[in-house]
Amino acid sequence: MKNDLVLRVVGKLLIPFILLFALYVQFHGDFGPGGGFQAGVILAAAMVFYALIFGVDTARRVMPDWLVETMLAAGVLIYAGVGLAGLLLGGNYLDYFVLDADPVHGQHRGIFWVEVGVATTVSGVMLKIFYLFASRGDADAGDGDGRRED
Amino acid sequence: MALTVLMLMRVRNLFAVIVLFGIYSFLMATVLVALDAVDVAMTEAAVGAGVSTVLLLGALHLCKSREAKPAHRPWLPLAVALSTGLVLVYGAMGLPDFADPLSPIHAHVVPRYLQNEVQVPNVVTAVLASFRGYDTLGETTVVFTAGAGIIALLRRRKKVENDRKDRV
Repeated sequence: MKNDLVLRVVGKLLIPFILLFALYVQFHGDFGPGGGFQAGVILAAAMVFYALIFGVDTARRVMPDWLVETMLAAGVLIYAGVGLAGLLLGGNYLDYFVLDADPVHGQHRGIFWVEVGVATTVSGVMLKIFYLFASRGDADAGDGDGRRED
Repeated sequence: MALTVLMLMRVRNLFAVIVLFGIYSFLMATVLVALDAVDVAMTEAAVGAGVSTVLLLGALHLCKSREAKPAHRPWLPLAVALSTGLVLVYGAMGLPDFADPLSPIHAHVVPRYLQNEVQVPNVVTAVLASFRGYDTLGETTVVFTAGAGIIALLRRRKKVENDRKDRV
């Protein structure tokens, strides 16, 4: 699909808006429908869309494997870290009330970081699965497997 | 939706099956919107219709595009599925009416959730991230484990292939 002009142009037009929508879903999740999981999936979908149009290797240059794998683990760590922060500040595990002097504000802060963690892990996992499947197909077709040794 | 499912059963071309799965997911998302579950509808549309369709297409790329003829007659699985369905329908008849405010699920912790002491306008987010924070942490860990498992499975395969190439 790399040489399809219509797809390339439409993709270039749409992908920024998909990314923007993902951010909107992420950060507006407190007020409207949405949240970390949905935002992560939309983010991953945007990248998959990009990879489908411009090729997996180009997508790997935008989001290399090490970044995706770091995201995979970093999300869970962010989430668990919020819990630990609650512990260190004198509350229970995952207790957001202590994260700020104002308990309600502390809740908002806690929810914000938790959602960031969820989005990071989800988009990382989705992208990683996609990369693995896509590169397997390439390896079978015989044109190099783009996987970096790490 | 019923039509989609019937076609899913009949069609043998796997590409058509994947597209029908996507259509089914979108229809499911509209049903969820009609039930006022916008958050779930969004997830269904993005995961069910979007990402999993692409992943299934990626898997299809690796195998044949036609489903093999089943080796056995489908009567036993059909009977099991039908009887399970009947039991579920029978069980569902015992549930309280849809949106009944007096049903047990709405009388227990939901009033406290709806008081909204965390003051997040979207109650779904409040419940998921704050009241049920442990659950969501577990879910995130499940997603992470799934990713790690897939990495472990598909990578090792590749390494073996590479070794074989090296030896040859």
